[in-house]
Amino acid sequence: MATENNYAYNSKIEGDLVVTKLDTAINWIRKHSVWPMPMGLACCAIELMAVGASRFDISRFGMEVMRFSPRQADCMIVSGTVTYKMAEVVRRIYDQMAEPKWVVAMGACASTGGMYRSYAVLQGVDRIVPVDVYISGCPPRPEALLDGMMKIQDKIEREPSVKNLMNRDMHKAPEKKCKPAPAHA
Amino acid sequence: MESALVEEITKKFDGATPRESIDHPAVNIPVDLLLSVVEWLRDEKSFDLLMDVTAIDWSEDASPRFTGIYHLASTTKHEYIRLASNCEDDVEPELPTLSKLFPAANWHERETYDMLGIRYKGHPDLRRILMWDDYPYHPLRKEFPLAGIDTDLPAADVAEATGAKVIPAPMMGGPFHAPQTGAMSKREPRAADQSWNEAKPKPSTN
Repeated sequence: MATENNYAYNSKIEGDLVVTKLDTAINWIRKHSVWPMPMGLACCAIELMAVGASRFDISRFGMEVMRFSPRQADCMIVSGTVTYKMAEVVRRIYDQMAEPKWVVAMGACASTGGMYRSYAVLQGVDRIVPVDVYISGCPPRPEALLDGMMKIQDKIEREPSVKNLMNRDMHKAPEKKCKPAPAHA
Repeated sequence: MESALVEEITKKFDGATPRESIDHPAVNIPVDLLLSVVEWLRDEKSFDLLMDVTAIDWSEDASPRFTGIYHLASTTKHEYIRLASNCEDDVEPELPTLSKLFPAANWHERETYDMLGIRYKGHPDLRRILMWDDYPYHPLRKEFPLAGIDTDLPAADVAEATGAKVIPAPMMGGPFHAPQTGAMSKREPRAADQSWNEAKPKPSTN
């Protein structure tokens, strides 16, 4: 009669019970359900589309749910040249995304302004939104974007998410300015 | 470049003179004749396509400083013609609008207004089209540096939340463009003189 060594989870013994840390569980869920908000502004957006297409197939990472609504996305992929005129829109969409949220600066332009050293281009999107992952390349190949997305997954995995949930001040909301109470006559 | 059409224009319109050109026939037109010349070319000479509306800034101390440039094409005769009109005022340049003759002139003129600050008289909607509405400069004017000039972001609330401003772009040995010679594999855009950058200025030669 062969004896089994059960070093790992064994459904025969533990049934439907898995023991883990809440942080790990939350991060595992978040990590495998990153919904990108495509911010396709220039040529990089074509590579972003290629990542969504069959050859590179971003759905292997559970990220194929490209949401064109900031309310349903949690990872903004800024792919392309951000001009000063567009910066306002990028920031506004970022503000409308639900917490927790991450930002990927895809390609040279989004990271630093790229070859556009000119009066019209924002020199790096990190001046207006906090960037988690920078991807080099002009444009980066789809594999590079997938690599960047895997880096985001690694980052999500390490987050103290329960602490963040308790604190709820990762991105402080602007203070409300109330009118002073009217003086009693 | 001589052509029968240029001769015809200079005979028909008093004040029009032939303009030097290496590609297509070109004519200098006084501003007050511009509309009638374009209309005549469109209706009598079948120049039915307005290709370009742009302008030249000759430099701050030149007079006339601004020259409006128009390219017309004929889709039936396959000919091009270039018209040039000097703006009379060097400080507040003005040209008549062509948008009544060619609807395409509408946004072409908006772009020229945006980049060079030439106002088109009679334009139905002369707003900026590339830069934001309250941008204080005209970027294609000669005195405007490629890197840009310090101003405020177009959105006040975003500027307040992020502290970001419109700053001159670091030139870093630029301008940054593709070399026009050499092997294609070596023609990626690059700064021409990488010996200096904003942190380490170029050693003075004199």
